[in-house]
Amino acid sequence: MKNLHEPDQMRGDFELTRREFIVAGTAAVALTALPGVGRAQPAATTSQSALPLTKVSFNVNGKLRELELDSRTTLLDALREHLHLTGTKKGCDHGQCGACTVHIGERRMNSCLTLAVMQQGASVTTIEGLGTPENLHPMQAAFVKHDGYQCGYCTSGQICSAVAMLREIKAGIPCHVTSDLTARPQLTAAEIRERMSGNLCRCGAYANIVDAITEVGGKSA
Amino acid sequence: MKFDTPATTNPIDQLKVIGKPTDRIDGPHKTTGTARYAYEHHEEVPNAVYGHVIGAAIAKGRIASIDLSAAKAAPGVLGIVTAENAGKLGKGEFNTAKLLGGPAIDHYHQAIALVVAQTFEQAVAAAQLVRVKYERSEGKFDLAAVKDTGVKPKPGLGGASDTAVGDFAGAFAAAPMQFDATYTTPDQSHAMIEPHASIAKWEGDKLTVWTSNQMIAWSVGDLAKTLGIPKENVRLISPYIGGGFGGKLFLRADALLAALGARAVRRPVKVALHRPLVTNNTTHRPATIQRIRFGATKDGKLTAIGHESWSGDLPEGAPETAVGQTRLLYAGANRMTAMRLAVLDLPEGNAMRAPGEAPGLMALEIAMDEMAEKLGLDPIKFRILNDTQVDPEKPERPFSQRNLTECLRTGAEKFGWKQRNPKPAQTRDGRWMIGTGVAAAFRNSLSMKSAARVRLDNRGMVTVETDMTDIGTGSYTIIAQTAAEMMGVPLAQVVVKLGDSQFPVSCGSGGQWGAHNSTGGVFAACTKLREAVAKKLGLDAKTAVFADGHVSAGGRSVPLGQAAGPAGLVAEDAIEYGDLDKKSQLSTFGAHFVEVGVNAATGETRIRRMLAVCAAGRILNPKSARSQVIGAMTMGAGAALMEELAVDKRAGFFVNHDLAGYEVPVHADIPHQEVIFLDETDPMSSPMKAKGVGELGICGVAAAVANAIYHATGARVRDYPITLDKLLGHLPPVA
Ligand code: FES
Ligand code: FES
Repeated sequence: MKNLHEPDQMRGDFELTRREFIVAGTAAVALTALPGVGRAQPAATTSQSALPLTKVSFNVNGKLRELELDSRTTLLDALREHLHLTGTKKGCDHGQCGACTVHIGERRMNSCLTLAVMQQGASVTTIEGLGTPENLHPMQAAFVKHDGYQCGYCTSGQICSAVAMLREIKAGIPCHVTSDLTARPQLTAAEIRERMSGNLCRCGAYANIVDAITEVGGKSA
Repeated sequence: MKFDTPATTNPIDQLKVIGKPTDRIDGPHKTTGTARYAYEHHEEVPNAVYGHVIGAAIAKGRIASIDLSAAKAAPGVLGIVTAENAGKLGKGEFNTAKLLGGPAIDHYHQAIALVVAQTFEQAVAAAQLVRVKYERSEGKFDLAAVKDTGVKPKPGLGGASDTAVGDFAGAFAAAPMQFDATYTTPDQSHAMIEPHASIAKWEGDKLTVWTSNQMIAWSVGDLAKTLGIPKENVRLISPYIGGGFGGKLFLRADALLAALGARAVRRPVKVALHRPLVTNNTTHRPATIQRIRFGATKDGKLTAIGHESWSGDLPEGAPETAVGQTRLLYAGANRMTAMRLAVLDLPEGNAMRAPGEAPGLMALEIAMDEMAEKLGLDPIKFRILNDTQVDPEKPERPFSQRNLTECLRTGAEKFGWKQRNPKPAQTRDGRWMIGTGVAAAFRNSLSMKSAARVRLDNRGMVTVETDMTDIGTGSYTIIAQTAAEMMGVPLAQVVVKLGDSQFPVSCGSGGQWGAHNSTGGVFAACTKLREAVAKKLGLDAKTAVFADGHVSAGGRSVPLGQAAGPAGLVAEDAIEYGDLDKKSQLSTFGAHFVEVGVNAATGETRIRRMLAVCAAGRILNPKSARSQVIGAMTMGAGAALMEELAVDKRAGFFVNHDLAGYEVPVHADIPHQEVIFLDETDPMSSPMKAKGVGELGICGVAAAVANAIYHATGARVRDYPITLDKLLGHLPPVA
């Protein structure tokens, strides 16, 4: 496994988040109007004229994909709406639920929180890249075995998150519940629960998901 | 098939496939991202354009004017739908507020426009250019303030507004032991992870909508009614639903606006409600104020039970039926319940997982603990002492099955209740104050007509078609198990197709009625198919055995595929019910046990252990049923500790209207959970002898947590959720 701290693996830690980027551009995605107040006139007139499309290319599940996108397109929408890789889910579009989790390089990321054009040259893995119904990834198989889902809508995100999270533990990256920051973190239920808490499951499959991850983590450890 | 006499032995009792903890048959699709949800039908609809919904920015009033000019001129915009240009629209049977508002506005974030553009980004950006002037009018947003204006609601699913047996007032006044307390439960949000989404496509006057909906037939009817077109012209397709919990029982704005948008721009249109819109645009579980009174003898026999509940909703809305379970759960000769409904101008209140019982038991099961303490009785003993085997209002009417006592005893044993110090605030684990709590779980089991079609082809494959939905409940799998058991084929020989209005009308998913009714419909259709197979071969249907892919009778054994022949065989039937559910009371029971730790300094509560014991008839698939229960326990934990829609009582809306503001349990909040199903069959419920569990699992959980917090701290909180601010002033001094 690659060292997570190699520069080429740090792409996930982009300096500018999507939110900052948009605030810096226009207020175009402030979705909620204030009660009783008319919608404000946008300061700039950028949205009055057609925005030029931007070329971007990145690798998705081992294939080079070249797209011409509206620069406002998130990685999530590029995957779902342009590449028709709908396995990655949109639960909130605001970094609140984790349903859109994919891997950028080795690391997990909420794909709704990055614009597609920011991923030029990146290597993206989605749930479709992990396995297929006929050839399940061990984590996918463990989710089936432990019934680590119900409606299935958070599932792609949970699985992508889990796979990358095990790498984080393996790489010795501590988290909030790691008691000894100098020792290697262990694969405990508490570690898993803490590290997976960015992936909401309203169906409440948490206990089963932890069982699935524990099984896979135990095998690969 | 009419089910009007108790079930006798039938092929389901073989339990070769039914009752096994089978992996879900849709699992490989759900775990690989190949299950297609509402917004994901690129193949069927390759050319859809994007609609973005604009929600009203006031809670009540009128739109004075809408200026669409800038938005219309924005890049990519194809059209904008408003009430002004949408044509005449009706309102669905199941909708309280109109799904497209204007000029009158009924609630905050009621949809007022759909901007349709070539791309999602263009639609979102153009929506910001729509300028709306509102005329605001005064609204009512504070339940406590309007409580006393509440009136008797019309009798509905939740029963009569007022019930009385014996002389409650007299018995309560005369009781040597009395208890009287008031509890509140907040507004809650379903917060399913898939937002409401639809793709609509017109072909001439025929409309097809790919959507995310629990009740296909209801929503076909309501979409047709709202659009003013014949039902026959509407097709709904909803094969996968990313969570519903009651929030997708009904037609909602995404489906209607996608249809209107597609009609306006003459292209298929896809619409997903953006997350910040979902909470106020759609329905929620309404807040309640509940007063509970008990009178009892000194030795703990309840003589008087009174439960009143106040809730609010938009005009013509319905109450939260929080008193329902109190009519059936405990014995007591003198009893009353009452519901009052006030007008509130908040978004529409409606069903959320176990409507009625979930908030009702949040109050009742704390009250039972408080009464037990007053009587100096163990809370489990007190509940068992007041158990009943008959409908307390109609003693001649028994429960079909009622193993509440066994649930409580089994759970107590398993959970180690004996070791519990009955005195609160006695147990410490470092900085954590430890407590355990119990609550009864109760939820009715409803009988609903449900139909299915079953096909047998010449390879011996069995295909089931029904408009039943799988909202995560495991419908695909238990329906496949039912067909496999009935036809004597392995699970892999069964294909299940769900969620299409072209299939026979099922019970749909709601009210924990899905499992036993939808499989009952499949049972009926398979019974007919078995008859057709036997008839075709000239075999006696009564004695024919269906096993190992063969049908055998009178010394002959024929492979099913051969029996079906090249043309195949098809059978369709429905399960319909007589009055068995009138003659006896069909309910499900359980007991929840919870251990919490409350931080002695900060008041933070952490759940350490959870156990549920359920008595719910035959469990068709213990694996998916267990998941339903742990999921419901998780939602119950949320109700106890964090879930609350914060009401802006001045502007009239739910403030925390996204997944960051409305807190639901995350991984770190949920410990190991255990579920025990009592071995039970209920021949009065259906030929499957099963009942629902999906809502039973949430009933009582929050009260068990509340009771555990009290046991840990000695602080009794009667207002949910039990957040640390409500505990802090009442904790024992920190040493
Ligand atoms: S969709 Fe990206 S975090 Fe919710
Ligand atoms: S499986 Fe439904 S949200 Fe997790």
